Amino acid sequence: MAVMTYLEAIRETLRQELRRDDRMIIYGEDVGVRGGVFRVTEGLQAEFGEDRVIDSPLAEAAIVGTAIGAAINGLRPVPEIEFADFIFPAINQIVQEAARIRYRSNGDFGVPLVIRAPFGGGVHGALYHSQSVEALFAHVPGLKVVIPGTPYDAKGLLASAIQDEDPVLYFEHKAAYRSLKGEVPDERYLIPIGKADVKRQGKDLSIITYGLMVSYAQRAAETLEKEGISVEIVDLRSVRPLDVEAILETAKKTGKVLIVHEDNLTGGIGGEVSALIAEHALFYLDAPIMRLAGPDVPAMPYSPPLEHAFMVTPDKIAEAARKLAKF
Amino acid sequence: MTPEFQKDIYYHMALARAVDDRMWILNRQGRAPVVYSSNGHEAAQVGSAFALNRGEDWIVPYYRDLALVLAYGMTPREVMLHLLGKAEDPNSGGRQMPAHWGLHRRHIMTTGSVVATQDIHAAGLALASKVLKDGRVSVAYFGEGSTSQGEFHEALNFASVHKLPVIFFCENNGYAISVPARKQMAVMDVAARAAGYGMPGVIVDGNDPLKVYEVTKLARERALAGDGPTLIEAKTYRFVPHSSDDDDRVYRSREEVAEWKKRDPLVTFEKYLLDNQILSSEELAAMQQKIKDAVNDATDYAEKAALPDPSTLGLYVYHQ
Ligand SMILES: Cc1ncc(C[n+]2csc(CCOP(=O)(O)OP(=O)(O)O)c2C)c(N)n1
Ligand SMILES: [Mg+2]
Repeated sequence: MAVMTYLEAIRETLRQELRRDDRMIIYGEDVGVRGGVFRVTEGLQAEFGEDRVIDSPLAEAAIVGTAIGAAINGLRPVPEIEFADFIFPAINQIVQEAARIRYRSNGDFGVPLVIRAPFGGGVHGALYHSQSVEALFAHVPGLKVVIPGTPYDAKGLLASAIQDEDPVLYFEHKAAYRSLKGEVPDERYLIPIGKADVKRQGKDLSIITYGLMVSYAQRAAETLEKEGISVEIVDLRSVRPLDVEAILETAKKTGKVLIVHEDNLTGGIGGEVSALIAEHALFYLDAPIMRLAGPDVPAMPYSPPLEHAFMVTPDKIAEAARKLAKF
Repeated sequence: MTPEFQKDIYYHMALARAVDDRMWILNRQGRAPVVYSSNGHEAAQVGSAFALNRGEDWIVPYYRDLALVLAYGMTPREVMLHLLGKAEDPNSGGRQMPAHWGLHRRHIMTTGSVVATQDIHAAGLALASKVLKDGRVSVAYFGEGSTSQGEFHEALNFASVHKLPVIFFCENNGYAISVPARKQMAVMDVAARAAGYGMPGVIVDGNDPLKVYEVTKLARERALAGDGPTLIEAKTYRFVPHSSDDDDRVYRSREEVAEWKKRDPLVTFEKYLLDNQILSSEELAAMQQKIKDAVNDATDYAEKAALPDPSTLGLYVYHQ
């Protein structure tokens, strides 16, 4: 057991998996010699060679498209998209191909593929280095969308994603890379994809969230505890599939639900979570469901006052939770 | 080419270098979160800009093109306002990351970060020029790394099929962040790709502004004559890391950088102008003073300017 950052947990898992399975390869822009723009893959090319950790041409459609072919012919590709914002040139390959291949072949073909990409804002990344793109992919059956919120989860979820027989998008919050630290066991372990985790027990209200917002919600919960408000935090860990059981359980338990994400409000994961609660747990609620999310503007602006106005913060979460508690 | 014209080219190259140097200082002082540089690319950018009808022809730049936009009429104040994310930034009102240019007034197309998307926009601007017969040429600027994208190839093909008045201008500096050109393409020259689309591919020394000017001028004439697009490849080098967040020591040797530095376009062009008595040392000193003043003025102005008001966050999602 060692204390690691979120980034180190991901790197060490990649290393462990590369050692365990020679069919696994990593590739993408700048992942080899430079070790990735965030240095997640630092040292991996030196250890595993240029055939297994590959600097690819600057072409996301080709990165994902070749990964589909390679996966079908026996490799376990774990390509990286340099920023989630640059996944769009590959969307055709991901949505039309990777997601539909098993279904269209009536189960004859499968695409075991993990696409890693840093996402999220609050790092002066502006419109094209801050985006949250999970809801777009969560809409697509055939894909799994995983978003770890702690170093421990980052490891167990990544190992599961690599072992999965279907395409998994694995989104890493770039503001979490170095700011989140936690205990991570040395040995390999798997966290099942589709299982949420109650990160904090509480009785007055539930915050349902994922990714960086888990730690922000924890900070808000600590503040609220001093004010006598007891907050439960459910970390979804994957936004497709959603853990319906865990969502309903917490809603029934506290009767008040605040859903938090950095992604835009409209059409976001919050809408789906709240529909599930409305359908299956309406009469357990003591207050209308509340959502706190990024505003409906095309992307996060650069200038600090605008970026701050966009970002969901621990303070904004605490404020929303206070309102809900009072209802 | 008149001496005045050549001096003007030099002035804009030197201005760009001085603005760039100042941006790095502001970054190191923690006053500018990120810097993207044109340092080393000035000859390619300014030389090509001067072959255009500046402010009338469209340029479609990318983040590397500080010297280009200065040569195209953006002011140092406007650049610094953009760098510091101020409300008055005419590129984006502080919304975009530095080096994401766009100024309708000067026909500088607005640009995002997603590489190669702009190549197709240039073709589209040129499509309108062909239909409207407005006499404008459009020029897309991009790095060699971005030519791996499908959209680059789609742009060339579309433009060539329809003989659009467009120029594709590649600034080949040998690297896409850390990835060397040989891992980007199996050909030596980006220009070779033109053949597949039925257009000329021209290689030029990107560190010589006069040569760049000449080839761009020819490509422009060709475009205006209705003969279609040209792909120009300016071979050059960036002297600094990809951005202020990059450390280039990981992927290229100091010797390699030093070798290219011997051909610093600013130094060699200055020497050429002095040796050929196109520019006197007194004129040079005056020019340098003017540049210093402009950079100081721009920095002071931008630092004092107001940040955007958070209440403007929701403006311009749609027409208003
Ligand atoms: C579609 C897309 N993928 C990845 C990136 C991240 N990225 C930004 S610049 C860059 C390298 C571009 O290199 P090149 O085209 O040679 O231009 P240079 O910076 O060398 O001038 C990369 C990979 C991006 N901006 N867009
Ligand atoms: Mg380049």
